[in-house]
Amino acid sequence: MTFRQLQRRFLLYMVVVVIALWVLVPLVLIALAAFTPRLELYRWPRTVLPSAFSTATMAFFLRSYGTLTSLTNSALVALLTLGMTLALGAPAGYAVARYVFRGREAFRIGILMTRMFPTSLLAIPLIVTFIRWQLYDTLIGVAFIHTAMALPFAVLITSGIFSGVPKELEEAAMTLGCSRLGAFVRVALPLALPGLAAAAMFTFVISWNEVFAAAILTVRNRTLPAQVLTSLEVAPLDFRFAGGFFMIIPALIFMALARRYLFQMWGGAISER
Amino acid sequence: MAEIRLEQVRKTFGRVVAVRDVDLTIEDGEFLVLLGPSGCGKTTTLRCIAGLERANSGRIFIGRRDVTGLPPARRGIAMVFQSYAVFPHMTVAQNIGFGLRMRHVPRRQIQKDVEEAAALLRIDELLQRYPAQLSGGQRQRVAVARAIVMKPQVLLMDEPLSNLDALLRLQMRAELKRLHREIGTTTVYVTHDQVEALSLGDRIAVMMDGTIVQLDHPSVVYDKPASTFVAGFIGTPPMNFLEATVAARDESVELVVGDFTLLVPAMWTDQLKERAGQTVIVGIRAENITVHHGPVPGSLAATVLVSEPLGSQQLLTVQVGQDVLKVATAPEPLLAAGQMVGLTLVGQKLRLFDKETGKALPVPIPPPSEGGT
Amino acid sequence: MPCTRPLRALASEKALPYWLILPTIVYVAVFFLVPVVQALLLAFRTQDGQWTTRFLMRMVQDIQFGSALRFTLLLLAIVVPLQLVTALFIALLVNTRFRGSRTFLYMCAIPLGISDLAAGLIWFSLFTQHGYINSFLYGLGIIERPIFFLSAQNTGWVLGSIVLAEHWRATAIVLVILVAGLQMISRDYLEAAEVFGARPWQRLWHVTLPLLKPSLQSALIIRTILALQMFAVVVAMGGRMVPVLAGEAYYWYYLYRNANVASAYALLLMVISALLAWGYLRFLRPREVHS
Repeated sequence: MTFRQLQRRFLLYMVVVVIALWVLVPLVLIALAAFTPRLELYRWPRTVLPSAFSTATMAFFLRSYGTLTSLTNSALVALLTLGMTLALGAPAGYAVARYVFRGREAFRIGILMTRMFPTSLLAIPLIVTFIRWQLYDTLIGVAFIHTAMALPFAVLITSGIFSGVPKELEEAAMTLGCSRLGAFVRVALPLALPGLAAAAMFTFVISWNEVFAAAILTVRNRTLPAQVLTSLEVAPLDFRFAGGFFMIIPALIFMALARRYLFQMWGGAISER
Repeated sequence: MAEIRLEQVRKTFGRVVAVRDVDLTIEDGEFLVLLGPSGCGKTTTLRCIAGLERANSGRIFIGRRDVTGLPPARRGIAMVFQSYAVFPHMTVAQNIGFGLRMRHVPRRQIQKDVEEAAALLRIDELLQRYPAQLSGGQRQRVAVARAIVMKPQVLLMDEPLSNLDALLRLQMRAELKRLHREIGTTTVYVTHDQVEALSLGDRIAVMMDGTIVQLDHPSVVYDKPASTFVAGFIGTPPMNFLEATVAARDESVELVVGDFTLLVPAMWTDQLKERAGQTVIVGIRAENITVHHGPVPGSLAATVLVSEPLGSQQLLTVQVGQDVLKVATAPEPLLAAGQMVGLTLVGQKLRLFDKETGKALPVPIPPPSEGGT
Repeated sequence: MPCTRPLRALASEKALPYWLILPTIVYVAVFFLVPVVQALLLAFRTQDGQWTTRFLMRMVQDIQFGSALRFTLLLLAIVVPLQLVTALFIALLVNTRFRGSRTFLYMCAIPLGISDLAAGLIWFSLFTQHGYINSFLYGLGIIERPIFFLSAQNTGWVLGSIVLAEHWRATAIVLVILVAGLQMISRDYLEAAEVFGARPWQRLWHVTLPLLKPSLQSALIIRTILALQMFAVVVAMGGRMVPVLAGEAYYWYYLYRNANVASAYALLLMVISALLAWGYLRFLRPREVHS
């Protein structure tokens, strides 16, 4: 290796490290803040590393009024969303991946377009409708909205996953004695399972992270982000830091598990093909 | 085992007619090859037989049973796919036994049958492996074993060798032939490779634009192509074509090609007399042209344009008047570009086609006494 | 003549994809059309069924409206181009396939899974009065007293902090779209360009970027529309100090229980989104690229 090449490589990795730090450092800092003793957070000047590891901040957050309930609410809403989204979206994704049918492209574009729909327009007018339907301030109501938001992604990612399973495999199963459904269950489904699991995780994260609709459409049955958002004005620093940290944990875990599928979900270009 | 009968089968995709009212009877135990260029409808025909495509109209019978409306699973067929379609999440043994499991065959029996089929395809060593650990050729064998283990009435193969490299393809070809001899299942085999078709088929159905243009034994398809399309598609190099005007003499007929005159065997006389003054297409295969290094009376004067030594023979591209012909000749002596040679055509092997339709004029049976030229 | 059974089978086989997409279509129709209709009714009709522009006027005449619109568009104009450039840079860097580029890419994609609210809180912990940045600056001896980054007196600082937080949080989506787009570009084109003597910059300008145009376009559209809806980051860091349109929609309902004006804000966001998307599609249309 010449000196020039060495120099370039050094420069490359310098840039890479700087960018990686830019992404990672805030995460580390919020984690540190979440485990800093409560009083230390208000001290000036403050050191970056806490003087002692303390779970008091987290405990305060978790013991705060409404936190635990909103936590279970969030999990419930996310699971409901996940179930509904996959039940609706996976068949559509399968159809887009497997069949050439009139209107397929229109359907795909239409689905993509819904991604541009402002959350506020989804949530605010539905207050009235939800009150009428008795869905206002219910978890299932929030899950309905989250399903509407996650559905386009679910259709796109599952169609990507199912196109990864060659059609011939299902046809082969059919020539070997399976029905249409049997071929799907025995061949396509097992092969698509890891991808579908990733889709489920992304759906969970979308719901877990959503704050606007959840805050608008609930009063007593708040999800975690809605709970944190609506108590921001009165919440002390330690509550905010612990809340911020707590919200990102499941998201980070799922993202790490499903990272291979990130591109199928987000990568599609609108005017592709 | 069973015969297959297609009656007026038609399949369209939107406005494209992939299979155009095809009638075809495949005899019990026969190895039939569907041959044609891509997009001719051969694979669609096969998939209609398999039940993977539903014909828009027409009927399909397998062993006298009307299977037109039946799903693939209930047709008594097995299929080998071009991409093999070996299930990646199952071992070789599970793959081969898949169809039997679907049929609820007892486990012991499955194991026995799987081992037998694997032995027949020489993959008994690989039973516990996953497809990802196999080479293309091995996957191919798994796909074939998976099909024959079903003891199907009909075995369907869709370009099964096209993804293999040249050497392996040659080997597998021979093996498929052996297999068919051993198990004797009625087989429909789709390919675009005419050499494969000639070597494997009991009969070949040549397809073009969704119709079968010729259905016959390989030797007949090669020797007496039904049209210029078949003649041009089968054989390497394809048949040479010359446009000729029919000139009637007192007793005989001659074909005038540019400045040259071809003598036609007497057996054609009657047919050609009716076409006096018309233009016909003369077809002759490269190996049916004799090359003379010196002047020979009655030969056509030709100039060598290109000479390609191919080992067992030498392929010449020569110019005769306005026309360019391919000629196969002995490898020695090697001819050089620009060299003058004389050509004589083997008269028995001349084939004549209608200029408008491209259809062959029926080849008359030659009187036993007559010789060449 | 074919009997009826195959005909029926044919019909069902052909109809299958439609049956499969039907639930999604119905769901999307209900949950996207109902809100639009409802929003129009809320924004333009009084309770007793009279058509009115009263709510629209109330929105426009509200003291926060002008600054909300201004700040929203300002944030959009700063954040989106910045993100596009950063993401393109990182994407090209990743595309050189250096050792560890895959890990690096996943690292850069992490914020994709972080909610806007959490991101806002994370950056709040950095910028707040006793936050990390102030402590750090003090530690370096640059400042004596903490700087009030997030105070109403200093909208500039607040805006800057929001831009940083939003840039940190949402560049990842642009990055992922661009990386996916880059991966679809065959290396052959670049190698061909190299063989014909194109320098790296020329290859980027004449080969990579034109081929990446569809991805750039969709990244731009998606990012712009999401940036228009910027809400929780702003609220977490600045409350209502820097008003934005989505935030106003939220407050009009949350504080004043006025769904009519809130709906008017939501419709306004929709209209701006549609206009911008239409503009991008109209003016950045990629030339037909056939592979």
